[in-house]
Amino acid sequence: MNEINKGLDDRRATYIEYAQAVPLAYAIDLDVCLGCGLCENVCLAKAVKYDDKERESEIRVGSVILSPGTKGYDPSGLVTYGYGLYPNVVTSEGFERILSAGGPYYGHVMRPLDRQEPKSIAWLQCVGSRDTNRCGNGYCSSVCCMYAVKEAMIAKEHIHGELDAVIFNMDMRTFGKDYEKYFLRARDKEGVRFVKSRVHTVSEIPASGDLSIQYVDESGDMKEEIFSMVVLSVGLTIPDSAVALARRLNIELNPYDFADTRPFEPVTTSRPGIYTCGVFQGPKDIPGAVTEASAAACLAGGDLAEARGSEIQAIEIPREKDVSQEDPRIGVFVCNCGINIGGIVDVPAVQTYAAKLPQVVFTDSNLFTCSQDTQEKIREKINEHDLNRVVVASCSPKTHAPMFMETLEACGLNKYLFEMANIRNQNSWIHSKSPDLATQKAKDLVRMAVARAAVLRPLKEKVIPVNHRALIIGGGIAGLNAALALGRQQFEVCLVEKETVLGGLSLKLHHTIEGEDIRVYIEKLIAEVRADDKIEIVTDAEIAGFGGYKGNFETELRVGPGQEKRIIKHGVIIVATGAIEYDPKEYFYGQDDRVITQIDLSNRLEEKGASDLDSVAMIQCIGSRNEEYPECSRICCQNAVKNAIHIKKLNPDTQVYVLYRDIRTYGFLEDYYREAREKGVIFLRFNQDSPPDVECLPDGVTISVIDHVLQRPIAIRADLLTLSAGIRAADTNELSGIMKLNRNPEGYFMEAHVKLRPVDMPGEGIFLCGTAHGPKLISETISQAQAAASRATTFLAKPEIKLSAITAKVDTDNCVKCLTCVRSCPFEVPAFNQNTKLIEIDEALCHGCGVCTGVCPREAIQLSFYEDDQIMCKIDALMAGGM
Amino acid sequence: MRLDYPVNIKIILVPCTGKVDVLHLLRAIQKGADGAYVVGCLEGACHYNEGNLRARERVEHVSRLLEEIGLEGDRVRMYNLSSGEGPTFAAYAKEMTEHIQKLGPNPLKKWAE
Repeated sequence: MNEINKGLDDRRATYIEYAQAVPLAYAIDLDVCLGCGLCENVCLAKAVKYDDKERESEIRVGSVILSPGTKGYDPSGLVTYGYGLYPNVVTSEGFERILSAGGPYYGHVMRPLDRQEPKSIAWLQCVGSRDTNRCGNGYCSSVCCMYAVKEAMIAKEHIHGELDAVIFNMDMRTFGKDYEKYFLRARDKEGVRFVKSRVHTVSEIPASGDLSIQYVDESGDMKEEIFSMVVLSVGLTIPDSAVALARRLNIELNPYDFADTRPFEPVTTSRPGIYTCGVFQGPKDIPGAVTEASAAACLAGGDLAEARGSEIQAIEIPREKDVSQEDPRIGVFVCNCGINIGGIVDVPAVQTYAAKLPQVVFTDSNLFTCSQDTQEKIREKINEHDLNRVVVASCSPKTHAPMFMETLEACGLNKYLFEMANIRNQNSWIHSKSPDLATQKAKDLVRMAVARAAVLRPLKEKVIPVNHRALIIGGGIAGLNAALALGRQQFEVCLVEKETVLGGLSLKLHHTIEGEDIRVYIEKLIAEVRADDKIEIVTDAEIAGFGGYKGNFETELRVGPGQEKRIIKHGVIIVATGAIEYDPKEYFYGQDDRVITQIDLSNRLEEKGASDLDSVAMIQCIGSRNEEYPECSRICCQNAVKNAIHIKKLNPDTQVYVLYRDIRTYGFLEDYYREAREKGVIFLRFNQDSPPDVECLPDGVTISVIDHVLQRPIAIRADLLTLSAGIRAADTNELSGIMKLNRNPEGYFMEAHVKLRPVDMPGEGIFLCGTAHGPKLISETISQAQAAASRATTFLAKPEIKLSAITAKVDTDNCVKCLTCVRSCPFEVPAFNQNTKLIEIDEALCHGCGVCTGVCPREAIQLSFYEDDQIMCKIDALMAGGM
Repeated sequence: MRLDYPVNIKIILVPCTGKVDVLHLLRAIQKGADGAYVVGCLEGACHYNEGNLRARERVEHVSRLLEEIGLEGDRVRMYNLSSGEGPTFAAYAKEMTEHIQKLGPNPLKKWAE
């Protein structure tokens, strides 16, 4: 059974877990291995060891990071869903594999029973989440709504005919940055149906294998629908192995077995020196996990800052030989790759062929060209035959070129005098059925590589110094935490705040939903930042000018009432400009004192309590999830729940009504939603199309809303109407113009990659954290700030930066300054220098894509390592063999 | 995945399809290649923002030039896929090969030597 494909297909006893596995190595499945000895006998590298045993080794470390990950909830125990019983009921993990090109059905959407394309698929949400009755997982898994929408969209894309995709949910929780827009696209453009219902039972129609779902719709009516397939959107759980690990390390777990952390120390476990990240910290999506990983690395590294640079072995690189005046002397090394290449391609014939190619002075073939001893051998041969170009015909440059290039460097040869011919991945592996043709193609590829090697030129990687100081823009919780984290890593920080006081939006807040005191926290945080002599704080300051590049920025500030000019030199930037509460235009806010926001309400509860309140109503999604502002503000649902519980604690007799569209108390916040309901808070759902009506009368505010169960309007009289006003990005118009930082339509800064580089900005050396990136909780802001500091540290810890040598260069003699490159560069790098009157491409800024070389009408720009002759010669060499 | 695709496909590596020049494609056809195609990231998902869109423009330009001199314009093509789509890559290789086989050999081949 193939575990990765969730049992939808089989795998052999020797297997690679999946194509992206690290390390990408074979393993033996001991549960099914017969011990026949075949693999041991055929392995030329003698890498199979049947008697290999688990070994214990001891490593001394200064900090530990726990990231044991998650396991999808196993729904076998929920018998009414029929998982394991009806073949066409799969988990979302199984369906993910069905959609994958590397999955059991190669990306064709089929149902397991008869391998037919499904006509309709139902997703059942909250399987193993938000369920205290049947499985005890009271929390929300945070990711299932998004992945269900995604699976539905991809399934619709993959299926050739029509697909009826239905997502049965209690609340759609698409609360992440840009997630709501994705949900709207699925619903309004792609026709994915969303039904508000928690399905109890799935039953199979034996004749067809179809599945019948009976459910109660919003108005309380019983419905039945038939589907070809059912996908159970399983939640995230902590595997037993992680629980055992936590016990061994003596760290506290929460009641659901996740690592216990505090809101203001989100990645710190109960045991000093041990940090955590990812789903073990709490249910979260990939960007959240990647962010926390950096945060944990930041704190773990902070503990070890003093030891930085110790226990390092430097590699001695000999001085580079100047071969620019020599004729090419090419050495070709052809790899057998065990039998991967040699079993198909006639390697000796390829080697003989290579020896006859122009300028080739040496050829060799190896069993494994990438092995350590072959590197030694290549070094010997380079020296012995005075080679000044090297071609390796083996596998993918993606995985192996850097290693071979190091071998060149070790001989004093410029590492760019190297070329690879991929005769495995692009040849023997795919043409295994026609060995003769594969041998011919290997010769073609080697001929092309040799032709290119002959015209390669040595390149120099420019080394630039790094200024070891960070500029942090914004002195709220995000900026302060980033500053503190960098200070602990022993780096200097200049923290710039536009207001006269530090603290930002947090100064208006009182308690977190967990009950932690935000004011005490922020005071302590500011005191710690002030006490750190590495951190300079500049308040009442704004950014007036900006220039430079990674490692060497220069920013001009205007400080104080006198607008004094000041220049700061720094190596990195952390943008933490924050957000503000939306100023509602809805429901008489600002006109009637009884209509307030959640921030106003928490102030009122702190000051006056709730003893005089008979009834409080709240309306969610004010200034969020509407036409003017489509995004979800993420934090308002928990804010409403927090204040509702607070009222009930102050005065249990106060009636609290929360009028909502979807309650989005993700992760462990769900516990508070449940607590609020248990305390008697009444949650009423309304449709976006029929929002509540509000009338401000002398004896109270009257809110009328259509109750979805009764299907008729009901009226609520309240002493206070609280609007859950959304979040808006701070005004960064000017800043983004000066620093050329991209923002999304909502005004939030954009990250370099939504999932993989969530705190990096597209420009190198610039990082992002806090609500400047998008609405988020304080705990999330703190971990993101620590993450940004961590990413900044990767720059600041280096004495210098080596720039890529693969950059565009202008031939100024032939350039006519037509500015086509200036207009075409996706990164705005080429610039006309007013002093020299020349077009200049800064190699520190160039990304090396080569777009400018293609648009230059005079062919006056060349991309190093991919110069026109270095590409043309490959085409010519290929065609010289005839086709 | 080791997916089989026709042996007549030979790949030339470029950092981004935005680096592919009109001249590169023309050179291949001039030297007798029966077809040439550019494989880039999905539109909207270029690693360098917009290189693949420029590549498409250039492929279309070459296509028009070929038609002007009396050759079939779609001896050159542009395909888009993501790096995770091995099966799609193989499918495109097959599709292009079959398409070129229908067109027959490049008439310039006899002058190419």
